[in-house]
Amino acid sequence: MGITQILFWALAAIALFSALMVITSKNPVYSVLWLIVTFFTISGHYLLLNAQFLAIVNIIVYAGAIMVLFLFVIMLMNLSKDTEPQKNKWLKLAGAVAGGCLLLVLVAALRNTETRMTELGSGNIGLIQNLGNVLFKEYVVPFEIASILFLSAMVGAVVIGKREKKRVEDEIADAEVVKTEFHQNEPSAFLNR
Amino acid sequence: MLLQIDWFIIIEKFILIAVIVTTALIVAMYSTYAERKIAAFLQDRRGPNRAGPFGLLQPLADGVKLFMKEEIIPLTSSKTLFIMGPLLAMITATMTSAVIPWGWTIDVAGRQVPLQIADINIGVLYIFGVVSLGVYGIMIGGWASNNKFSLIAAIRGASQMISYELAMGLSLIAVLMLVGDLRMSTIVTHQVQHGWNIIYQPLGFLIFFVCALAECNRTPFDLPEAENELNFGYHQEYSSMKLGFYLFAEYINMFISGVVMSTLFFGGYDIPFVNEAAWGPHWWVGLLGFAALMAKAFAFIFLFMWIRWTIPRFRYDQLMNLGWKGLLPLALVNMLITAVVVLLLNK
Repeated sequence: MGITQILFWALAAIALFSALMVITSKNPVYSVLWLIVTFFTISGHYLLLNAQFLAIVNIIVYAGAIMVLFLFVIMLMNLSKDTEPQKNKWLKLAGAVAGGCLLLVLVAALRNTETRMTELGSGNIGLIQNLGNVLFKEYVVPFEIASILFLSAMVGAVVIGKREKKRVEDEIADAEVVKTEFHQNEPSAFLNR
Repeated sequence: MLLQIDWFIIIEKFILIAVIVTTALIVAMYSTYAERKIAAFLQDRRGPNRAGPFGLLQPLADGVKLFMKEEIIPLTSSKTLFIMGPLLAMITATMTSAVIPWGWTIDVAGRQVPLQIADINIGVLYIFGVVSLGVYGIMIGGWASNNKFSLIAAIRGASQMISYELAMGLSLIAVLMLVGDLRMSTIVTHQVQHGWNIIYQPLGFLIFFVCALAECNRTPFDLPEAENELNFGYHQEYSSMKLGFYLFAEYINMFISGVVMSTLFFGGYDIPFVNEAAWGPHWWVGLLGFAALMAKAFAFIFLFMWIRWTIPRFRYDQLMNLGWKGLLPLALVNMLITAVVVLLLNK
């Protein structure tokens, strides 16, 4: 057993354990933190395949950005056992069946694939020069289309955010109208009394 | 058969890691002293002068004080995460030092020893990744305290760091387009040959510097710990050395970001106007390079402190406006201009 193999088994064990902890933790904040550990182990696997760019981008994007936003939301929502809605028993059963079906399909799909030997630590297909060349020469059209997709998603997010803000402003305006009316009525109310 | 490793490389790297981490800790320790002395100088006071000659033992006294203080872990906090918070802050603060080239390659008993822990292919991205992980120390600590003020301060700090990361990354891309490589060692050697990046990227450096101030939570961006107007900060419930670790991590961050800025924009370990590469791979040349890098980093630390004791704090909306409406478009324009110029000159 070489050092690569030892690292692989250790990483795989940690990845499975932390992934299990994600779904078994009672507290959602702990789930998110375990998910971050899972991302780190997956990055470790990428490193073993010598795909350094993929490894670090996985950390920057998932562990560094998306999970932070998850944490934001979960911390602010203050989820706890009392506020958690109790799911219907049948809903739980349906979820289990659906998940089982997905597992079945995945296993069936992966069972017959030929197992390829991956070069561990030696191949340089994942290095940033090669990746850039492939992305911007062979796959430049799908790459640009993907970027347009991202742009439209961003515009959509901004539009949704703007609309929310406008509604809030309207509510504030309404509240102010009520307040001024109240103030205008106040002296007379005082006099009437 | 098991573990056929070049043991020399393990020993070499181990010594290097020990030396660099120790250096970072000592520099951070004396940064606290320097901060108080500089503050005193700027405010026409004397500063700490009781412990040892010129008060030089003050950091030790402070450390002993912090260790001796009573340690309080709030009853309703999540204990594991409460302890993990300062730990993560310290780890992420020191992790960046792994990819920084600290000096010229030296010759030790016939072995070429680069003064860099890991010369990885994606050095700059690694720094960026560690910076983006820096949020967790703050957020976990703030949430685990189970205190509304800590949580709000943590979210304030995290959103600030996320906002300024973007402009920071964009200003880095301009540097990468100039150099054409993500390796930290190549960035330095490129600057040795073609002149420092600050000459070509003054705007990029300015953006990076402002973002570095924000990432280190230093004034004028120290909203996460605005003690007088916004209650204390994410470390409100912390006491004893855990609080010490948070404050200490800030100083390590300051030192490391000074080193990173010197490496990216000011030639790293290069001594200006001297061709020291011609002197050969002696140990003293390596040491001289290390000293040059340190001098540059110390200059940055001084600048950070100077700014802290000169400029008042931003308001929160001003901070966000500057980040999203000021620095981000500026960084984009800088990136675009750099790309066009690089493309035209290469043709």
